[in-house]
Order: sequence, then C-alpha cells, then structure tokens
Amino acid sequence: MNKQQREGALRRREPISDTQLLLTITICIFIGMYVMAMLIWGGGFKKPQMLFDILNDNAYLVIISCGLTIVMITGSIDISVGGVTAFVAMVGVMILNGKLSLFNGIIETLSLPESWRIVFAMLMSLLIGLAFGAVQGFLIAHLEIQPFIITLAGMFFARGMITIVSVDPQKAPQDLMDILQTRISIPWLGSVNKKGVLIPARMEIGVVIAVVVVVIIFILLYKRRLGRCFYAVGGNRQSALMLGVNVRKTRFLAHLLCGILSGIAGFVFMMHTGAGNATNATAAEMNAIASSIIGGTLLTGGVGNVIGTFFGVLTLSTIKSIVTTSGLRDPWWQSITTGAMLCFFILLQSVVLMRKNRGKNKKRKEDGKKDEA
Amino acid sequence: MQEDTVLTMRGICKSFPGVRALANVDFTLRRGTIHALMGENGAGKSTLIKVLTGVYPMDEGEIRIDGIDGTINIRSPQEAQNYGISTVYQEITLCPNLTVAENMFIGRTQKKSVDWKTMEKRAGELLENLGIPARPKQQLGSCSLAVQQMVAIARAVDTDCKVLILDEPTSSLDDNEVSMLFGLMRELKTRGVGIIFVTHFLEQVYEVSDYITVLRNGELVGEFTVKDLPQVQLVATMIGRDLDSLSSMKKGKASALPTDSSVYEAEGLSSTESRPFDFHIAKGEVNGFTGLLGSGRSESVRAIFGADPVTGGKVKMNGKNVKISKPLDAMKHGIGYLPEDRKRDGIIADLSVRENIILALQVIKGMTHPFSRAKAEAIADEYIRTLAIKTASSDTPIKSLSGGNQQKVILARWLLTHPQYLILDEPTRGIDVGTKTEIQKLVLQLAEEGMSITFISSEIEEMLRTCSRLIVMRDRNIVGELKDEELTQERVMHTIAGGGE
Repeated sequence: MNKQQREGALRRREPISDTQLLLTITICIFIGMYVMAMLIWGGGFKKPQMLFDILNDNAYLVIISCGLTIVMITGSIDISVGGVTAFVAMVGVMILNGKLSLFNGIIETLSLPESWRIVFAMLMSLLIGLAFGAVQGFLIAHLEIQPFIITLAGMFFARGMITIVSVDPQKAPQDLMDILQTRISIPWLGSVNKKGVLIPARMEIGVVIAVVVVVIIFILLYKRRLGRCFYAVGGNRQSALMLGVNVRKTRFLAHLLCGILSGIAGFVFMMHTGAGNATNATAAEMNAIASSIIGGTLLTGGVGNVIGTFFGVLTLSTIKSIVTTSGLRDPWWQSITTGAMLCFFILLQSVVLMRKNRGKNKKRKEDGKKDEA
Repeated sequence: MQEDTVLTMRGICKSFPGVRALANVDFTLRRGTIHALMGENGAGKSTLIKVLTGVYPMDEGEIRIDGIDGTINIRSPQEAQNYGISTVYQEITLCPNLTVAENMFIGRTQKKSVDWKTMEKRAGELLENLGIPARPKQQLGSCSLAVQQMVAIARAVDTDCKVLILDEPTSSLDDNEVSMLFGLMRELKTRGVGIIFVTHFLEQVYEVSDYITVLRNGELVGEFTVKDLPQVQLVATMIGRDLDSLSSMKKGKASALPTDSSVYEAEGLSSTESRPFDFHIAKGEVNGFTGLLGSGRSESVRAIFGADPVTGGKVKMNGKNVKISKPLDAMKHGIGYLPEDRKRDGIIADLSVRENIILALQVIKGMTHPFSRAKAEAIADEYIRTLAIKTASSDTPIKSLSGGNQQKVILARWLLTHPQYLILDEPTRGIDVGTKTEIQKLVLQLAEEGMSITFISSEIEEMLRTCSRLIVMRDRNIVGELKDEELTQERVMHTIAGGGE
C-alpha cells in the first residue's frame, strides 16, 4: 500500500458500525409501525396520549431494560430483574400503607410527617436493588459462577420474599398515591373530546425518571471509561484483561448497576400502580431481554446501546397495543405476536449483519488477490 | 550492563512438577536489534517468554533492564509493562467490537471520562507515524488480521517500550501481510526498541533478525549472529545433532519400491489451511511428509482427507476423477486418516472402546443400518486381540486407556474400514517406545499387503525407517522430494533448511 492509497483510506468516510446499523433499523421499524398503526386503526393512535399511555405503562420496563442492556453488553445476563422490581414495589407499598412496623416506628419516634414514607420507600428501593446487584455481582464476577444460574436463584428468592413480606395483595393509601401519581400536563399535545373540551396529554413522573436514566446510562456507556470497559469485557474478556481492564470490577459494577436500576424500576412501578402483589411485573425480565434485543443489543455481548433499548421497549409495547386495538383482546394473541416479532427482529438483525460483513470479507479477499497480483 | 543492551537474563531456572522447563538459561537483548528465539516444541521458548512477562515466577536467576539499577522482579504482565516490556501474542488480544483508537488506549489511563477527540487524534498520529494502514475510528473487527496485529504492536510501543516480544506474530498472516509486519519491525528497530521474535519460520528469521538464540530441552544452546549461523546449522542446532555424527548414522531400511499405479493423485490441491500442492501415492507405497513444526505437513494431509474445507485442485483415485470436499467423501473413497491431535480429533472420550472402533465403519454403512451388538463385539474383540490393545473389556470407556492404546483403537477404527490409502499423522507421538515399534512394524506389514500409507512423524529416524519416499516441506511449501539413497538424515535436514550452506 503506497502513501497515496493510505491517505485515501484515511480520508474515506467511516462505514456505519454494527451498533449504529442495528439502532437505525430499530428506530425505522418503530416509526414505520407507529405510522402504519395510525393509518390503519386511526382513532387512538392518532392522539399523542396513546404514545404517552405506552410510556406511562412501560416507564419501569425502560429502566429495567437499561440495566439489562448494560449486563448484556458485558456478555452476561440478569433474569432476577423482574422479581426484584416486584419485591421492591411490594415493600414500597407496605411502607406507604404502614404495614411495616419498623418504618412506622421510625416515623413516630422522629415525628416526621406522613409524606416521609415516600422518602423511605425510595431509599428502600435503592437499597434492595443495590443488595441484589451487589450479591449477584460478587458471585458472578469474583467467584465466576454462571450468571444465568445465580440470577435465576435471585429471581426465585425475590419472588419468594414478596410472599414472605405479605401474602395478601397490598394497596397504597390514596393520599400518598395522589402525590406519587402527579401528572405532568402538556396542553399543546392534548386533544379535544366529543364535547369540545380540551384534554391535555398527561405524563407521569416515572416517564421523566426513565428518560433521565436513559440519558445518564447513554453518557456512561459512551463517554465514561467504565462504559467502554463494559464493551471491552463483552467483546472479548480475555483480551480486555490483557489490555489492562479490571474485568472483575467491571463485571461486578455492571451487575450492581443493573440491580440498582431494578430497584428504581420497582419504585416507578409502584408509583404507577400503587399496588403490591406477588404477580407484579411478571415476565418483566423476559420483556426486558426482548426489548434489549430488539434495540440491537447482542446476547453474545459487546454490542448494544440504551437508545436502541428505549426504542425496543416502545416497539414491543406498541406491538401489544396494536394487537389489543385490532380486536384480538385475548392475552395469548399478545404473546404470539410478540414471539413472532422477536423472531422476525433477530432474523432481520442477523441477515443484515451477515450481508454487511459478507460484503466486507469478500472485498478484503479481493484486495488481497489484487495485492498478490 | 553494557552500553547497548536493554535486557539481560542470567541463569534463569524454572521447573514444573516433574519437568525442568528452563535450566540456567542466559539471554541478552541489544538496543535496536531483532533477536530471534528459536527451538523446537518443548525447548522452553514460551516458558522463557512467560517468565519475562511475569506470567510464571522464575525459580532462580536474575533479570536486569536498561534504566533500572539492580535486578528486577516481574510478578505480573502489568508489572512487565511498567518496566517497558510489552508482548504481542499470536492470538490477537484486542477487542474486535471497539474502534482501533479505543483498542490502543483502553485500560491505560485512570481518567474517568473518555475524550474521543484527543484519543483519536493521538491514535491517528501514531498510526501514521508507524505507517499502519488503519483509521482510528474504524471498528477493529473490520481490519485484516495483519493490521490488527500491527495495532496491537502500536499499542505496545506507545507505552514507552524498551523490549517488544512478538510471539509467533506471523503464523496467521499471508506473505503480503508478513512483509508489512516486517516493515513495521524494522521501523521500530531504528527507534531503538529491542525486539524478541519468536517464530518457527526459518526464512523469516533470516529475513529480519540480527541475532539468534537457540534453546533445546530447556537449555541454552547458544547465541549466534545471523551471519555466523547458516540455515542448515540452525536446524541441526535446534534438533540437536552434529552434522558429522549424523553422516555416520546407519541408514534406515526403506520399504519395497512401489509399483507405478497411483492409488491417489492430487494436482494443485489446496484447503483453507494449506497452499496448493501436487501429490501422488502408489499402491503399497509408504511415503511421508516431513518438515519442522508449522511447515504445513499436517495441513497438507488434512487437505487430502478433506478435514479442512477444500478450496481447489483436482483429485484422482485409481485414475478416475473424484471429488473429495469433506471427510465423509474421503472415507467413501477408501481413505483413512489418523489425526495428529488424538484428544480433539480422534477419540470420543466417553464412548467405549468398542463404539470407538466401529465408529468409522458405521458412518460409512449409514446410520440406518446399525450393527448388532453381537457383531460389534465380535469385531471389537478381534481388533483388540490382533493389535494387542490393553483394555479391561471392549466396554471400557476409551478415556481410561493409556495414550498408546487409545492410538491403537483409532488405528483399529480405520483398519476396520479396509482403506486403500491410510494417512497416519504423528501416530507415535506421546506413546512408549514398545508401542512405537509395533506401530512402525504394522505400517510396513500393511504396505506389503498392498495398502498405501502416508506416515508423518516429528522423529526423522522413524520416518527414514518406514518411508520409501519423503516429501519435505518448509514454510508451507513443498521444497523437495527424497527417495532411495537420498534418504539420509543429513540430506533431509539440508532440504528442510533450504539447502543453505
């Protein structure tokens, strides 16, 4: 290769990377699907409130999926997230409705106002998430136990703990829920109903939290050393070690972060529903994995980003809304369509990546031949 | 320490349980030179490198490095790097999913945030400076292997490196890529970096190196300048016999001359792992591929059997054109192959001796026609008897047998298919002397009965005893063919070394 050629190669525009390509596909598909839904079913989909409803209902899932994306980027997995979320929600509700005597005692002795219960619920959410993340992360990173098995155990443990805390479903008191369910009104995105009254679009605080989480994790993954270490560890663990990355610490922190995010997700879930129930957030871990994958995160590690995950959650929940709107109200239709869509997405991803990389390999081979000649 | 040395190792000793890997080895590296470290398998090259990079602690000895007074004690790869000793391994130890620039800088700073602009600018400067054709923003996985290797080197030399160790850097590169790499090595040389170059390609050593240090059986044989050590002498030093004493050795008995009819004939056969070559073997002939480790002898026979994907060439069997692209094709045409790596390609560890024996024949017969238990037992017992396989019963799992007996089971597997042409790749490796002789006798006996056999062994004497024709390979090409009175150890070594004086 002579100098001129090299300079030409250096000046050439960078080809789109796998991550960017997968992200673009996800966003395009989401927008395409949403527009299609607007055209076919009109009605609800034409109102911005539909999008906000999807966001309100799935804010917790966005947060869980962000955590899972981090873990998946490092080439690991965490299936305890749904259980932790539900456990946190149950504990939160019981702090609010005063069925956990420990917190009643603290509030009485310090003579704090009732609204302080929300603060305690928040702190407990973080603490429980942190504890799950730390224990699982330690076992996975330092004792090198299979992440799937550890987090499977974590899932059973969390689900079991819910029933230990309370066998019966719990409900948060209305006065506190009113504070938590404060909605942000956005009048310019509202719509006029049949009587000609303007109903502003409403967004819950949980959505704001979810968006903040997405932005923070995005910056972490892109701009911080730790974030790049997640990618390095997921790309090739042995190489990362040789490159001077502290692999154990990185893997531990990934799981710790995922745990904390599950805690936050639990609190957001509680804010949305105000109910504690053993069947809360059932299969949330599976939905989160599906969302991450739709968003372009690879189960094999090293590739993925949270913007994609965010759109992954939106895509997944939009599919579900479409299924419901189109009249297939039986729950199994949602599962079947979700399954089919997931399959379609993964096929699409691998076909696109394969085509892209095959072109490249072919070109490399031809270059080699030219050089030999 | 002399003015121009960057690294001295004195009296290095290292033992593993039951093995003395390094015994009193000295090594000196001079500034701005490329120093080849040579030796056959098990000579202690990699142990020496691992001691130097802190992977293994040494038992005795001292290491000094330029710029530091007194001896140093290297306890981890990280510490080695802090002393200015960088290593680039044969396997590329970078992350394919990150960009070139990231791969050069990750893990090297304690700064919490990533400054992409500065990083990419610095990476760009370094790449340009060293003439590496890669872009900082490019994903590493999209670069060719050679460029990835060079990025690894760029990373290594950027960390104020005094000693650069290249461990088999060229083994997965093609000629063009190798010359690119050599260009980079020469560039680094002029900057005063001392390079330790470990390779088994002789030509490459003579192309770039200034000094050669030869190890054998964990001992230092000597340090030479390239001028003073012609290739043939280097091979002799590595294998460990004086040329004079070799000439006086008794020539092995060659088997009977083969008839003209070729059982197998290949023209321009190539696979993903081997370069195109021509080859033929006659009925009842025993021939062999020889060459140093990595010369391509195993890859060639694997191509014959279709063990690696075949990429081109014409194959004739008994004069008729046939297509052999996978092992099953080869088996159906009566070719058997006893692989070099018994554990990986040969035995099925958890199956019984009996099942391992009938495996190949069963495959040829087809899955839908299983052998009856009685038939299988009869066959297995027959071969256990004729080959004197020492096993408790035909039901014993093969993994509990000794290496030699496992090898006989694999041999039985192929004999059972009555092949016209049998390839034995290192059938005698790691087995005791008694069994070795038995296998050699068996080879000659089978050839007398009309089977064509290709026999590969690292021990040249063994091949001289059994083969009537030797195909010599060097650096993945066939460089000569020896037969009849040319079959002397001296001639073989001369040909391996490239006829150099």
